[in-house]
Amino acid sequence: MIAVGIDAGSTATKAVLIDGDKIKALIRPTGWSPRQAGRDIYAELLNREGYSAKQIDKIVATGYGRIALDLAQQKVTEITCHAKGAAFLLPGADMVIDVGGQDSKVIKIDPKGKVLDFAMNDKCAAGTGRFLQVTAAALGLDVSELPEFSQVEKPVNINNICTVFAESEIIGLLAQGIKKEAIVAGLHLAVAKRVAAMVKRMSSGKQIVFTGGVALNHSVQKYLEQELGTKLYVPKYCQLAGALGAALLGLEV
Amino acid sequence: MADYRQMWTSLGMDLENHDKLCEVLPEVYTNVYLSQDNRPEGMDYFNFVVAEIHGVRPAELIEHQKKGGKVFGTFCIFVPDEIIFAAGGIATGLCGGSQFWVPGGEKVLPANTCPLIKASVGARLDKTCPFFRIADIYVGETTCDGKKKAWEILAEDVPVYVMDLPQMKRAKDIAAWEDEIKLFLAKVEETTGNKVTPEALGEKIKLINAKRKALARLHGARKNATLPISGKDVLLATQVSFYDDPTRFIEQTNSLCDEIEGRVAKGEGVFPADTPRIMITGSPMAIPNWKLHHIVETSGAAVVVEEMCTGSRYYENLVDETQTTLDGQIRALAERYMKINCACFSPNTNRITDIIRLAKEYKVDGVLDTNLKFCSLYATESYNVEKALKEAGIPVMHLETDYSEQDAEQLRTRIEAFLEMLR
Repeated sequence: MIAVGIDAGSTATKAVLIDGDKIKALIRPTGWSPRQAGRDIYAELLNREGYSAKQIDKIVATGYGRIALDLAQQKVTEITCHAKGAAFLLPGADMVIDVGGQDSKVIKIDPKGKVLDFAMNDKCAAGTGRFLQVTAAALGLDVSELPEFSQVEKPVNINNICTVFAESEIIGLLAQGIKKEAIVAGLHLAVAKRVAAMVKRMSSGKQIVFTGGVALNHSVQKYLEQELGTKLYVPKYCQLAGALGAALLGLEV
Repeated sequence: MADYRQMWTSLGMDLENHDKLCEVLPEVYTNVYLSQDNRPEGMDYFNFVVAEIHGVRPAELIEHQKKGGKVFGTFCIFVPDEIIFAAGGIATGLCGGSQFWVPGGEKVLPANTCPLIKASVGARLDKTCPFFRIADIYVGETTCDGKKKAWEILAEDVPVYVMDLPQMKRAKDIAAWEDEIKLFLAKVEETTGNKVTPEALGEKIKLINAKRKALARLHGARKNATLPISGKDVLLATQVSFYDDPTRFIEQTNSLCDEIEGRVAKGEGVFPADTPRIMITGSPMAIPNWKLHHIVETSGAAVVVEEMCTGSRYYENLVDETQTTLDGQIRALAERYMKINCACFSPNTNRITDIIRLAKEYKVDGVLDTNLKFCSLYATESYNVEKALKEAGIPVMHLETDYSEQDAEQLRTRIEAFLEMLR
């Protein structure tokens, strides 16, 4: 049985193909049309790995764009898929922290990757990848450059977690002559505190998997570990947990 | 809708703006209600009521006024309708449930006020709801800070009488509420020019109890494994009960109940047998706020019980019908109304007991604990609600939302994820 999971996120679309013990994956920007992004990534993945559409038994879609993915036979929320994917990436995990482009979520899971409880951020972009993207832009940086800028300095205190207000706050800090590095570190700490508050509301896990695009940022990981007082496991393919979970769920049916 | 323009004009309404509201409602209603499969025929009455929402009932109220009768606009289930009807008045609920009215409220209220208050104030000040125009007097109460201050603003435009609801439930608080009902009775007598006799009050206590029983019967039909009616339809009937003629509402609801109980006997449901059963608890849902019910019931679950003012808090507990003196009747009213477990009380542990009891009675699979944005009482109480439900082993998720549609997809994702968790 061959299954494909497609995770149409707000920023990136991810696809994972599972064929026995072979796992193939691809990450592409979502752009403005999750439907097109889903179709394109599916075609590209199959083409690159030498599969024809006929060979695929099941396609499961997840992520905010899942509704638009008409090529999928099944649609499952990203909460359920991340839980499943994370349990596969770290057997024995009891909690997933996923910080993506548009939302952040904390999920308690059982050993099989079933959701026991979850919490999500409010509808705004506070404490998400978008927050880092917008505030990085205010500093003239790309979001991928943030970790290296955060290495040395002591973080400045950023009070606003609201993306729009934080942007104005940064402009004010720059005007005061505060160094970019301290501001970047401050932004990372702000995200970490926001996410940590969500974790603490649920009581922290013992084996925590940190996923989503923001998990690529080692500095956020460091501050989050500091806030939670525990180590986080960041899988090499941290952005793929949702798509992986979707593909795994596809194999189950 | 039939032509009521002349009536609306004479009510001093803003017809141009009101037309915009009349334009959107049928489409929303078709999407949310008429698209449902296998609805009970008894819902036709409620379809008619909504289709003529700003026509038929307002015309009846105006007819009543032409004969010298008074109309009392109310906002809360603590206001004892029995007294109003016993004095020959008519009580009608006025809570606003549409985003349409919110900007009007924001002209005078802080943006971080709950949408129910903003919509209600906006509906009055923007002159886009006949009910808000018709009422001779508004009856407010002190159930939250937002409302308390809103009455002061509304009072510039319309007579407002405020009942002071105690915020604890000791014997002295029940006695205080009894006094408030006495003062209210005097105000109602003064407004209507009619005396409240024990005979008339006894009769209206029976009438409003009959309305509670009809609602309890309707809601209770969803205790069955076979769900003969959707949660959305029960919510609608409940919302209509706030302003419909009580006698007609009782008749129509009981005949709807005859029909759906027949369906249960035949095992005819409106949802597949294994549909997850959801309770919604929290702040009220005024008409036409059908948002959460619609999302839940189009995500593969059914709402089987509402622990809210537009739900069990409205119809549970009856007033003692055996009292024959005004004093005895007022005492009985005070005792019944003080059993409502509103989040304005401290402590309010009986609400949690109710939630857990209802969860068992209606065999719910999960609870959505919700509050309107900026309703700090229900938002804060959710901490204890969730804790108790988790201890009882009942899955629960907290949601905060308003009347706008902008968060509908985020809510759908959360609700779907919650339902996936229950499977």
